[in-house]
Amino acid sequence: MAATPFDLPGIDISWCPGCGDFKILDSIKQALSELNLTPLDVVVVSGIGQAAKTPHYMKSHFFNGLHGRALSNATAIKAANPSLEVLAVGGDGDMYGEGGNHFLHTIRRNPGITNLVFNNMVYGLTKGQASPTSPKGFRTSVQVDGVHSQPFNPLGTALMQGAGFVARAYAGDTEKTKDVIKEAILYKGYALVDIFQPCVSFNSVNTYAWFKENTRWLEDHDPSDFPKALSLALSEAPFPLGVLYRGEERTTFEGALAAYRKDDRPLVGRGAPREAVKHLIDEMCR
Amino acid sequence: MLFPFPREVKEVSCVLCGAAGLGIQTVEDMLARTVVDSGFSVFGSREYMSRVRGGNNSTELRIAPFRVDALVDRMDILVVLSRNARANIRERIAPTTVIIGDRDELKGELEDAGGVFIPAPLSRLAAEAGGRIYSNSVAAGILLGILGLGTERAEAFFEERFSGKKADVAAKNAHACRAGHELGEKLVAGNGLLSGMRGDSGAGKALIKGSDAVSLGAMAAGCNFVTAYPMSPATGVLSFFAKHAEKAGAAVEQVEDEPAAINMALGASYAGARAMVTTSGGGFALMGEGLSLAGVMEMPVVVHLSQRPGPATGMATRTEQADLEVALYSGHGEFPRALYAPGSIESAFSLTQEAFRVAAKYQTPAIVLTDQYFVDSFYNVRPEELTLLEEPAAAQATGAEYRRYEDVPSGCSPFGVPGLGVGIVGADSHEHDEVGHVYENFELRKRMQEKRMRKLEGMRSEAMAPKLYGREDFTDLVFCWGSTIPIFREALSILEMEGVSLLAFEQVWPLHSSVERLLKRGRRLIGAEGNSTGQFARLLRAHTGIAATDSVLKYNGLQFSVEEAVNRLSETLSGKGGRS
Repeated sequence: MAATPFDLPGIDISWCPGCGDFKILDSIKQALSELNLTPLDVVVVSGIGQAAKTPHYMKSHFFNGLHGRALSNATAIKAANPSLEVLAVGGDGDMYGEGGNHFLHTIRRNPGITNLVFNNMVYGLTKGQASPTSPKGFRTSVQVDGVHSQPFNPLGTALMQGAGFVARAYAGDTEKTKDVIKEAILYKGYALVDIFQPCVSFNSVNTYAWFKENTRWLEDHDPSDFPKALSLALSEAPFPLGVLYRGEERTTFEGALAAYRKDDRPLVGRGAPREAVKHLIDEMCR
Repeated sequence: MLFPFPREVKEVSCVLCGAAGLGIQTVEDMLARTVVDSGFSVFGSREYMSRVRGGNNSTELRIAPFRVDALVDRMDILVVLSRNARANIRERIAPTTVIIGDRDELKGELEDAGGVFIPAPLSRLAAEAGGRIYSNSVAAGILLGILGLGTERAEAFFEERFSGKKADVAAKNAHACRAGHELGEKLVAGNGLLSGMRGDSGAGKALIKGSDAVSLGAMAAGCNFVTAYPMSPATGVLSFFAKHAEKAGAAVEQVEDEPAAINMALGASYAGARAMVTTSGGGFALMGEGLSLAGVMEMPVVVHLSQRPGPATGMATRTEQADLEVALYSGHGEFPRALYAPGSIESAFSLTQEAFRVAAKYQTPAIVLTDQYFVDSFYNVRPEELTLLEEPAAAQATGAEYRRYEDVPSGCSPFGVPGLGVGIVGADSHEHDEVGHVYENFELRKRMQEKRMRKLEGMRSEAMAPKLYGREDFTDLVFCWGSTIPIFREALSILEMEGVSLLAFEQVWPLHSSVERLLKRGRRLIGAEGNSTGQFARLLRAHTGIAATDSVLKYNGLQFSVEEAVNRLSETLSGKGGRS
């Protein structure tokens, strides 16, 4: 792909050769670049996992925190400075497993952030255990009899939690994935892009060939149709790719904060409200 | 029956008790305000059960012509609003305790409890005023009458408190209060208990509870980001900020769990907000990983940790000082932190500011340790004694070659944030290079670990010295920390034992350099703490090698009273032992 201001040359990338992460990284950088954003406009927030290494492999502000907590960090960064473009990136284990509770409640809270989940249906960093999205029967060194649990449905869950923008992309299709990411970034409010991605080392089921066979890009779909979006989210192979749902924009978390009611500056550098403190102490004298 | 109050007593301790939902809080607020506006000082302390309705709760109001800031057992007047007064109240009834209650309501209870029972028709007077729910205001009126204070202030209070309610609610409360007042005056034959005492013209007019002192201190330091999951007894700070969010210019959010609370605080701090979380032991345990993240990311954050008895759920609405060690050691790996434990309203205000200053300067967590007793107690203070400290250091604009973790001699790298300047700002949970990128390099690891730990040296050099009350050349030394300080200070002044001094710690980590020198002296070294194992004594020993000779510990869920401190200290001090 074309060079972008987000390229970070000369670095040692620890992803396996052929990993879908490389393609998603390209799509992200290209999307940001086409939106005329610069590395100083963007904060990439992540947790732990192979996907969560993304911020170390591109040029932008970055916050690489704990496993599962990226959505909390990202929500707060956006709340503290709404002028920043905030992306929360990570894998299926990070966002849907360890961070599952934050996933549920961040959607309800609706911060103006973009949530990119690299969904390869397996744990890569810890070497091949099942993830929340692994298919039933998937055998690993831990799930020796095959996965018993029902796979987590991120798109259906996001829709039921009231997400305004819900999409699915596929790492193998860099161009279309980039377009979906751009739309997600432009949406004012929480936007989820679940990105199907093969794991060349630990997932021998959901391969490039499998994804090609079992997915389809949506055509002639009206993304404002919620019941249709929900039925697509619940549908099985061939899994639909593209923007399933794009609802009306509603007030964001940061937009609803009392902190900005009378002051639109970011929280940094505001200074202590000493007069307000004195006033409150005066009130306690009465 | 006339009131048998011993006139030589220089202060009055009133206790109100009854089921939750009977309006004890309203009475407490109104009486405190009236007492203070009449030129007296007041200390209030609440103890309550973990339930919304029913049960039996109590409030102590200690009224005096001098500053009062500590819990006492003594009850001069006990007003009982409902049956089933609990053992912790009954045990405190002395022959001189006057018990006021409604016979119809109490059905004989407390009449033979060892005090002087004076029946008062609370329900009937309340019904005459408009309904039985006004019994609390009748009781308040009785107390005002007994104390020799008028009802004007109370009536104004009701006007204000019930301004949003139906028009006659304030009037009915006032009516009930006046009826009670008439009865109270009769009981003391017009000779109110405070009438023989002169008010203190220097008494402060600001009535502030511990929780609000922490909140105000945070606001004064520019705290503008507060996240928490509700948990007793720490929720007061969250409500305070929620209520005043616009005034404070603060983002305030009740979040889904404690990991979210601390991780949001750290995200906000990264973007330049001054962030605080408020929690109790169980919630703090869930924040352990986040605290460790603050350590490696070098992110300023203030944690208000309001202690209650553990382990686990423990006693949700009771008090203890048993989270010192978890506050000191929580979070995997090694990183610097500062721990403060205010003992007074004034120091809660200044130490919370100090926590923000130190967190910002050293880019690491600072923890303010309070407890249920402390956050729920209040007294009147002088506004001019609420010290405003210099504001914490602000974020700096970054240059093009900005390195977030620049290895500087102090360990305190310039603090830049995204959106301010032209540099890239990174933050990383792994071991990282100066820019913040992850590298597995053993030399780098060692250098960055040393950089972070160097900050502790700076923090130590700025640590606050403990306060010594009593003679410098003491023979015995009692030490305590946090909320127990005023109680042990008063106990020692009552004991008047030559050569016994008190060393009071409000910064419990890192420790000031004077500590070792002071602990070395003295025949006895007595640690007084609200826990069962002497956690602070253990910390002092680990740090100085000096072991306490004795301990005075309490861990039943209630705070020490002054009387209990007197008794236990005098037992300990008169016993055998000590260092030769």
